[in-house]
Amino acid sequence: MSELQLKDFYDGFRNPDVIGGLAKLINEEAKQLPHPINIMEVCGGHTHSIMKYGLPQLMPQNIKFIHGPGCPVCIMPKERIDHAYILSQQEDVILVTLGDMIKVPGSKGSLQDARAKGADVRFVYSPLDVLKISVENPEKKVIFFAIGFETTAPMTVALIDTVIKRGIKNIFFHINHVTVPEVMVELIDSRDEHVDSYNNRIDAFLGPSHVSVITGAKIYEKFPKEYNRPVVVSGFEPVDVMEAILMLVRQFNEQRCELEIQYKRLVSYEGNLKAQQLVEKYFEKADLFKWRGLGNIPESGYKLKNEYSELDAQIIYDAILPKEEIEDHKLCICGDILRGMANPPECTIFGTACKPSSPLGSCMVSSEGACAAYYKYGNLLK
Amino acid sequence: MCLSIPSKVVEINQELNLAVVDTMGVTRKAGLDLVEEGSVKVGDYVLIHIGFVMNKIDEEDALESLKVYNEILEKLDEEERERLVLEDDNCENRTLQ
Ligand code: SF4
Repeated sequence: MSELQLKDFYDGFRNPDVIGGLAKLINEEAKQLPHPINIMEVCGGHTHSIMKYGLPQLMPQNIKFIHGPGCPVCIMPKERIDHAYILSQQEDVILVTLGDMIKVPGSKGSLQDARAKGADVRFVYSPLDVLKISVENPEKKVIFFAIGFETTAPMTVALIDTVIKRGIKNIFFHINHVTVPEVMVELIDSRDEHVDSYNNRIDAFLGPSHVSVITGAKIYEKFPKEYNRPVVVSGFEPVDVMEAILMLVRQFNEQRCELEIQYKRLVSYEGNLKAQQLVEKYFEKADLFKWRGLGNIPESGYKLKNEYSELDAQIIYDAILPKEEIEDHKLCICGDILRGMANPPECTIFGTACKPSSPLGSCMVSSEGACAAYYKYGNLLK
Repeated sequence: MCLSIPSKVVEINQELNLAVVDTMGVTRKAGLDLVEEGSVKVGDYVLIHIGFVMNKIDEEDALESLKVYNEILEKLDEEERERLVLEDDNCENRTLQ
C-alpha cells in the first residue's frame, strides 16, 4: 500500500467534490425509489455532521432525515442530573464527569450552577483523569458520574477495572450508560402505532459510528430481519454519510433489506471483543432506564453488577437520592423531535427562550443535540 | 462527544499500557486497555475516544474507499465533459456568442 497520511484520512472523507459527486448519484438513483424514505440517523455525531455540511439540501425531495436520540447528554433525564447535583453537595465529595454534562439543566440547576455555588465539580476529558484526582485528594470521595452509549461504557469499565486491581478506596461510580438497539426498537414501535403517512415513519437507519466500533454491526441484525428496516453502519464524515445513504437507496431500489457496513475501516461485524468482555464483566442491564423525552425503556441502560455494589454511588447514597419522577419543561418538544415527529424550529421557544447559552430542553445542550445543531447550522437550510 | 479525527501511534509505553499518538500535529496519550495486547504498533492509525484507543483504522480499507471516491469523481467528470460537448452541439445560441 502506498504511504498513507493523516490528512488523507481527514481530507479524503470531507472532500466537497466527493460529497457533490455522491449527491449526484443519490439524486439520480433516488428517481427509482419505490416510495419516499425517511432515514433516521440514530447517533448525535451524525446529526451534527449532517447539519454542519448541509446534507439535507443535497437530498432529493423523497429522502428525509429524522434526527435520532443518540446524544448521551440530551437523553439524560432531570432525575439523574439531580442525583449528580445532590452528590456534588456532599461535604467530602468531588463529583467528576465528562465535559459535555456541564450545562445540562436538572430541576435544581446544572452542574455548572452547583459549582458556582461552591460544590467541587470537575469536568474531565477522560475517565483516566479520575485517577489523578483521587491520588491528589485521598481524604475525599471521588464520584465518577459516568455517561454515554456503548462507545464510552468500556472506558468507564477500564477505570473500574483499574480501581479494583489497584485497590483504590476513594473512587465510586454513578452509572448512566445507555444502549442503542433498545431505543431503536422503541422508536419503531411507537412509530408503527401511528403510521399514517411517510412523514412520520422511519424507513431505514443510519447505524452509529463509534458505538458500532465497540459493539460490532451484529447488534443491528434484527432490524432488517424482524423489523423490516435496513441498516447501514456509517462513518462520521460527510462523505461517509453520503455513501451510506447511497447504499440505502440502492437497497430500496433493488428490494433488498439488509445490514451493511459502510464504515469498514473501523467497524467489523463482531466489534471490539475485548471491550465487550470488560463491559460484561462489570455491568448488567438495568430493568428500565428513563430517557429524557422518551420515558422508560426496558433494558436500555447498564448498572454495576451486585458484586461491585461497594463502588456503586447509587447504592451507597441511596438514602439521599430522590426517586420521584420529574416532568420536562411544558413547551419543550424534545420527545417529539427524538421520535422524528417534529423538527426543532417547530418548537415555540426554539431560538428565543431556549438557545445554547440558556437551554431549557436537553436537545439544545450538546452540540450533538438536534436543536443545538439546527440553531448553529440551520440557516444553511434556507 | 465523538471526534473522528484519526491519530497516528508514535510511541508505545508497555509499562503504563499507554500509546503516545499524534492527532493532526497534537501529541497526546491514550490508554491501551481496550485493545488486545500487542495489536497496536508504532505507525498504526487508531481511533481515540475519551483517552482510550478504541480500535485500529484499517488502512487498506480506508485507501480502498478513497480510491472508489476518486473513480466516482472521474466518472462524473467524464459524463460532465460529454454533456458539455453534446450541449455545445445543440447550442442554438451559438451565433449570438
Ligand atoms: S428548542 Fe429547546 S425547548 Fe424546544 S424542543 Fe429544543 S431543546 Fe426543547
